[in-house]
Amino acid sequence: MDQFTLNLIVVGATFALYFGIAIWARAGSTAEFYAAGGGVHPIANGMATGADWMSAASFISMAGIIAFGGYDTSAYLMGWTGGYVLLAMLLAPYLRKFGKFTVPEFIGDRFYSGTARFIAVVCLLIISLTYVIGQMSGVGVAFSRFLEVKASTGLFIGAGVVFAYAVLGGMKGITYTQVAQYVVLIIAYTIPAIFISLNLTGNPIPGLGLFSNATSTGEPLLTTLNGLLSDLGFASYTEQHDTTLNMFLFTMSLMIGTAGLPHVIVRFFTVPKVADARSSAGWALVFIALLYLTAPAVGAMARMNLITTIYPNGVKEAPVARADVPDWVDNWEKTGLLKFDDKNGDGLINYTSSKETNELDVNKDIIVLANPEIAQLPSWVIALVAAGGLAAALSTAAGLLMAISSAVSHDLIKGQLNPAISEKNELMAARVSMAVAIGVATYLGLNPPGFAAQTVALAFGLAASSIFPALMMGIFSKRINSQGAIWGMMAGLTTTIVYIFLHKGWFFVATTASYSDADPLLGSIKSTSFGTIGAIINFGVAYVVSSMSKEPPADVQELVESIRIPKGAGAATGH
Amino acid sequence: MADKSSSNAYWKANIRTIQISLVIWFVCSFGFGILLRPMLAGIKIGGTDLGFWFAQQGSILVFLVLIFAYAAKMNKLDKEHGVEE
Repeated sequence: MDQFTLNLIVVGATFALYFGIAIWARAGSTAEFYAAGGGVHPIANGMATGADWMSAASFISMAGIIAFGGYDTSAYLMGWTGGYVLLAMLLAPYLRKFGKFTVPEFIGDRFYSGTARFIAVVCLLIISLTYVIGQMSGVGVAFSRFLEVKASTGLFIGAGVVFAYAVLGGMKGITYTQVAQYVVLIIAYTIPAIFISLNLTGNPIPGLGLFSNATSTGEPLLTTLNGLLSDLGFASYTEQHDTTLNMFLFTMSLMIGTAGLPHVIVRFFTVPKVADARSSAGWALVFIALLYLTAPAVGAMARMNLITTIYPNGVKEAPVARADVPDWVDNWEKTGLLKFDDKNGDGLINYTSSKETNELDVNKDIIVLANPEIAQLPSWVIALVAAGGLAAALSTAAGLLMAISSAVSHDLIKGQLNPAISEKNELMAARVSMAVAIGVATYLGLNPPGFAAQTVALAFGLAASSIFPALMMGIFSKRINSQGAIWGMMAGLTTTIVYIFLHKGWFFVATTASYSDADPLLGSIKSTSFGTIGAIINFGVAYVVSSMSKEPPADVQELVESIRIPKGAGAATGH
Repeated sequence: MADKSSSNAYWKANIRTIQISLVIWFVCSFGFGILLRPMLAGIKIGGTDLGFWFAQQGSILVFLVLIFAYAAKMNKLDKEHGVEE
């Protein structure tokens, strides 16, 4: 059987599974549509949260970033997992007790202000839309490589699949589909990693293999890798190259950004009890950690395999001739994500650290997808990785679309425009807004604005500087009032956006940038790390403004009292 | 709803638990993984040092233990203060 047929069968089988689940779990009420009726077991919810959180970025991009960045990129590993500690202790249990459907709803009620709710809706829409664009183009890339169709065709297939199960099933359908998608993606991620780790170190657990001896040299794997890199003139893998300040702020931005992402927070509204919200965050991290503990090994080992493919006789000998390279180089060269430019015309692939002599340009995003081919694993593993990448992208896209549709139908239409809307019509509005969001995401996925990578920084910066501080102050302080929250969110948001625009260009028009991340405005603080500063500004402004104005009314203070204790939490309700 | 004094004691105990947990959270990630890495450089592990291990493996394992320990502790506090569901 050829690779193409095998890909088709494996991907087709997983899609059939997702459809079957959506039909089985069809949502009937708004409670089932928005919050799965509050009846999802914490372990299943944890798995679904894991699939929701781990997007194409985690599955496809992260190990590649680590492979080429080494120690400095630990910020991603710590940042994207440490946020769950904050969620479990500072947000999830209290928001579950609050017992409504959406994040803007809490902000609106706690700060007794339609303006605050509206600001939260705007933040949510920007965050979720920028994210979903990335997922849709990820789907397009994965399809075009593995199903050998045009990226646009792949995108339409992906959009159709998401549309069918998200619109039909609502949160309940999405949650159970995501459980299945988690299983597919984690198997697809770990199996090649186990093979490769066994190959290079003899240790079947990649996270342990990373710190074991390489079978080729008998020395530790990382020592061997550092040796190869230094012989070729590349920077050391294990040393720190970024400044400590920037690495600290970047890690913190990713952590509080994670805890402030609306589509992740809303997952904790779907568990039956407050105690389940706490343990569910733990289970989510268990399932996320399986991938995140493996990713650093995948990164280091892929870098090593890449070098040994190019220099089969050792880095001191001549590199491989273009004519002799394995098939995967040809396959990826067709996609344009891997480029070979024979600058000195000797027919050999010279892979070096110098711009003048280096002839190989590898896009970081292909590392995970090409990994099984680089390591010469069997073809069913390659098909599995294709299905896994699609599962990661589709599950996150569905969760984001859910967050977008509930913000529009529940917070905007029911909350502000037409409070008298019937449950049936609200459900219809939710499905229509989801369909519109899929349309917009597909259009933008086909015509990516060219700044997808930068806008991710904006999404995290926004979540870190606006939503996380507002939620945390709403729970832990009774004194922060509506003026404080509104001015705090505006201040955090504006400074973060301005800082990002100063470095990436106003509205991402690159020519209007006054600074660059290579030489940032404030010391070594890159625009991607500014979310932490934005959050501090938000906290500070909210505190000062609140202490200068009236304290919140008694019923709001009682609301804060009541969300702090688990007793009396019913199922999530819209009223 | 539980009476005010009890829920106040409950909330104080919760805050205390969160503070202790977040100190551990900070030390094991930002501390060992970034700020204190130079100090831990003498402790070698698999071709690099302990700080690298904490940054890429250890911190995540500590996060896991922290969340489950917090969930267990809070279940106990919920019962002690009669505020469980």
